[in-house]
Amino acid sequence: MMDKQTTSSLLYLDGVTVSFDGFKALNDLSLAVEPGEMRAIIGPNGAGKTTMMDVVTGKTRPDGGEVFFEGGAHDLSKLDETQIAELGIGRKFQKPTVFDMHSVEDNLLLALKNNRGVRSTLLWRASAEQDKRINGILDTIRLKTLRERVAGSLSHGQKQWLEIGMLLAQEPKLLLVDEPVAGMTDLETQQTAELLKEINREKTVIVVEHDMAFVRELGVKVTVLHEGAVLAEGSIDQVSSNERVIEVYLGR
Amino acid sequence: MRMIFVRLFAFVLALGLYLAAPVAYAQTFDQALAKFATDDFSDTDEGIAAVAVSGNPMAAAVIEALQDARLAYDPASKKVYIKDKDRVLDAATGNAVASPPADLETVRVNNRLRRAIEAALGGLTLMSADPDKRTEAAQAVFKSRDAKTLPALNTAIAKETNSNIKRALVEARASVVLGSDDASEADKIEAIAVIKARGDQDAVSLLSGVTSDAPLPVYRAAQAGVTAIQNQLEMWSGVQNAWYGLSLGSVLLLAAIGLAITFGVMGVINMAHGEMVMIGAYVTFSVQELIRTYNPGLFDYSLLIAVPLAFLVSGVIGIAIERGIIRFLYGRPLETLLATWGLSLILQQAVRTAFGPTNREVGNPSWMSGAFEVGQINITYGRLWIIVFTLVVFAALLAMLRFTRLGLEMRAVTQNRAMAASMGIRTARIDALTFGLGSGIAGIAGVALSQIDNVSPNLGQGYIIDSFLVVVFGGVGNLWGTLVGAFTLGIANKFLEPFAGAVLGKIAILVLIILFIQKRPRGMFALKGRAIET
Amino acid sequence: MISAALIRSLDRNATIFLAILAAATVLIPLCNLLFPPESAFHIPTYLVSLFGKYVCYALLALSIDLVWGYCGILSLGHGAFFALGGYAMGMYLMRQIGTRGVYADPILPDFMVFLNWPELPIFWYGFQNFAYAALMVLLVPGVLAFVFGWFAFRSRVTGVYLSIITQAMTFALLLGFFRNNFGFGGNNGLTDFKDILGFNVQSAGTRASLFAISCIALALGFLICRAIVTSKFGKVLIAIRDAESRTRFLGYRVESYKLFVFTLSACMAGVAGALYVPQVGIINPSEFAPGNSIEAVIWVAVGGRGTLTGAVLGAILVNYAKTTFTSGVLAPYWLFVLGSLFIAVTLLLPRGIVGTYQHWKLTRGEKKAEAAASGAPRAAE
Repeated sequence: MMDKQTTSSLLYLDGVTVSFDGFKALNDLSLAVEPGEMRAIIGPNGAGKTTMMDVVTGKTRPDGGEVFFEGGAHDLSKLDETQIAELGIGRKFQKPTVFDMHSVEDNLLLALKNNRGVRSTLLWRASAEQDKRINGILDTIRLKTLRERVAGSLSHGQKQWLEIGMLLAQEPKLLLVDEPVAGMTDLETQQTAELLKEINREKTVIVVEHDMAFVRELGVKVTVLHEGAVLAEGSIDQVSSNERVIEVYLGR
Repeated sequence: MRMIFVRLFAFVLALGLYLAAPVAYAQTFDQALAKFATDDFSDTDEGIAAVAVSGNPMAAAVIEALQDARLAYDPASKKVYIKDKDRVLDAATGNAVASPPADLETVRVNNRLRRAIEAALGGLTLMSADPDKRTEAAQAVFKSRDAKTLPALNTAIAKETNSNIKRALVEARASVVLGSDDASEADKIEAIAVIKARGDQDAVSLLSGVTSDAPLPVYRAAQAGVTAIQNQLEMWSGVQNAWYGLSLGSVLLLAAIGLAITFGVMGVINMAHGEMVMIGAYVTFSVQELIRTYNPGLFDYSLLIAVPLAFLVSGVIGIAIERGIIRFLYGRPLETLLATWGLSLILQQAVRTAFGPTNREVGNPSWMSGAFEVGQINITYGRLWIIVFTLVVFAALLAMLRFTRLGLEMRAVTQNRAMAASMGIRTARIDALTFGLGSGIAGIAGVALSQIDNVSPNLGQGYIIDSFLVVVFGGVGNLWGTLVGAFTLGIANKFLEPFAGAVLGKIAILVLIILFIQKRPRGMFALKGRAIET
Repeated sequence: MISAALIRSLDRNATIFLAILAAATVLIPLCNLLFPPESAFHIPTYLVSLFGKYVCYALLALSIDLVWGYCGILSLGHGAFFALGGYAMGMYLMRQIGTRGVYADPILPDFMVFLNWPELPIFWYGFQNFAYAALMVLLVPGVLAFVFGWFAFRSRVTGVYLSIITQAMTFALLLGFFRNNFGFGGNNGLTDFKDILGFNVQSAGTRASLFAISCIALALGFLICRAIVTSKFGKVLIAIRDAESRTRFLGYRVESYKLFVFTLSACMAGVAGALYVPQVGIINPSEFAPGNSIEAVIWVAVGGRGTLTGAVLGAILVNYAKTTFTSGVLAPYWLFVLGSLFIAVTLLLPRGIVGTYQHWKLTRGEKKAEAAASGAPRAAE
């Protein structure tokens, strides 16, 4: 049973519920993201933002509800992380997680869209075309001079960017970006917003963020989560004037 | 009911009169003795029967001597003697003979005679003053089924006041009646009922001995009896297995309970946990040695003294380990595993150097020894006390975690270290104390295990893998899970043993746990959620 | 293609290592066989076998390093794979004894005659054939590792949980092999070997050859590991080690990678065990003791996990120390030394010898580069 929305949306969540030992992290959450859209998701701590990401990427199985990708073509609740990644959903974590022991280049190489099988990685050889793509991404994320550096020695902001670069290298259809500007300077924040907008020209993006200024900068449709469910949806001005949102954010 | 009893009484009376008839010939005891001097098996047989019914005070001594090949005769004078260590007694009087004849011949016996001897002894000791002897005699008759003992049995039953012995005697009589050719059908069925009530393996073999040649009702009753007993025996063997399983489970729990704190609650992989147990056992040994040397009267209290001492010694060593090694390795579980394994090697070798590599003797206090029976199962006090002790330790630990300030702080630190620290809890101190607590409990476990296992430097090695499996199986971070896990594994092990044997049973359990961990990597009662992922 | 991978994998360290190994492969047997016993250059046969034992341990260490150092799987069960390979070889050697056993049974090994077994158990069939036995040396540990790993990795048993169940696995095998009715000689194991491929196992020539073959096996193992860890596959392994779930979100099927490397590693350990058995002349269940597996892990830790030369160096150093200690008056103190080694390495030298050296060189190199970079403008002035 799918209604019209599942056929047009890239990502479609309906009535998703996840509970941990009785605590409902997601409570009947419904959300639909259209292809090519950029969506900002905000909400206080514990609103279920990260759990929602976990459900979409296959890290957590929902207790109930539907999670569909590409107009209902794939039921994500039945797939694991690897399969979902292969479908074209990329994720950037809240805490930047890059491979600390690998160089910047190797991090991108690992992320590059390619055959992920055991045999193909065993027999893999460098190619000029891949090199070109890595160079292109290094330009985009402004890390070209640090190509040989071990990722563990990068600054916090550089790691965030490297991770976005890895996301680009994956060439996903949908990007889930969890708090991309946490710990960044104002300038870096602004640059990140521009970068995301640039990415959004070709890809669908979901951004989870605390930083309201950043969300305003993005200027996209905003979904407010609260206690595992959608509290409000609309432009940033609409939701920030919504009484219930104010109540939740400012206390009652 | 009453009718049956009257008939039984009449039968017994008749049988008694019939069997007592030879007594009327009243040979003298001396004449009976002379039968032993002919070196002829059938004469000896008659001699046994005659002596058994003679009522002479020497009768039992003579038959016993015959049984032990101490009865001898002088071929020349045909007089019979009893060899008693380095003395020789006159069998007729019991007086020592100053100068016994030189060439005494031992009275020979064969298997048939041996049975006769047993039956005779059974009859003779049925009225002994010693209750143990009487029980033994009743059991001997139950096995020998010698019809000649029936009169003695009847007399003994009439006289007996101890209900347990009386039951044994009645069962013996039933056994004799069932085997007798003269008893009536009704009496045999009655006897079968008595034997059925006895309900053990002996009863089964006795009843199975009733062949289809017997009158149909008797045969049917016997078969029904066998089935009933076997069902009952099966039930008891189930209970017995469950008891053994509980016992093993309590040992597993005891060994794992400290680990449930250090591994389950703190997440520290302490491979030297087994050595903490071993140290507890050696504390017990040392306490007993001191008591033996200075105040043997305190021996029964040795374990009570050893428990707090073992807790302190293992606990202090545990705190030293935490401060000296483990605190540098938080967040690096694999390194912790290796370092603590190294530590376990050092501790084992240290104990080996100090106490020697061999098993040391740790005694059981009197209240830990002995056993009692419940139905068909045998319960030793040692095992019972260990189960009780384990549950007390478990309850005390739960109470400690729940109701004390230290317990509250421990839970706070393990649940959210940063938050606890910001609330003013000295987390480093709590870590050390928690680890000390887990180690101390392992030490206490050592006191209990010293009672049932060999106290050697390798004691701990035998428990470490099992303990980890119990904690993992039960669910990390959940004390109740550890309890259920330990008893489940203990009971499963004991129920598998009869089919697979001890070693294969253990292997089967290991394989099952490995498979189980695959299915539920975080155990039976795992906490669910994001928090434990990190 | 493969040769390209091999060449790519050879850096300076690896070349030096292989050169030393090649020298040992040639020189040690020559010194044993060519020089008379009174010569200063003579190496006695018992030493050749001792070195051969070290080389087998080094191969075992290499296999552990591959899974632990590069993929983060701390297996406490590699001693079991080593022993299984050893048993497979031991079964071949037992079948070669033939009528020269105490009971002179042409088919049944002595212990089966002693236990009154009427005929050879089915799982002993074929072991008289060397090729079959050699296949089993790879297959038995490999299949066990594959099945075990398939269950474990698929259900995402990781970290210490995996360590504990691998330890339980080797413990279960230990219990099993101790039993007489398991069919592997019970607690006595397999021993009293006579021939291998028609050569007397005791003779100096055979011993020297076995040593050389062990060295070649080590070199091959090293090259395979080098090829793997320097490939993109190796980069994925390190990624799994450092951030497993991140690797999953990148779309890599982590369990397949782990399963492949775990199975390969088990086969290598099996080969090490198979070469070990004819050189020490016995295989018994104590090889399955959990302590053995952990001891092998510490060799890797001492030498430096995540460095292949380190694993080899660690195995040889620790075992040399063990031989020195346990053969002298210091024997009772060996366990103190070994135990302290575990603690000292994890606390003070977590990178191991080679790892620390490489790290030192790397940081020195970076400092030099920085110094050069900051010095450059001054030079231009």
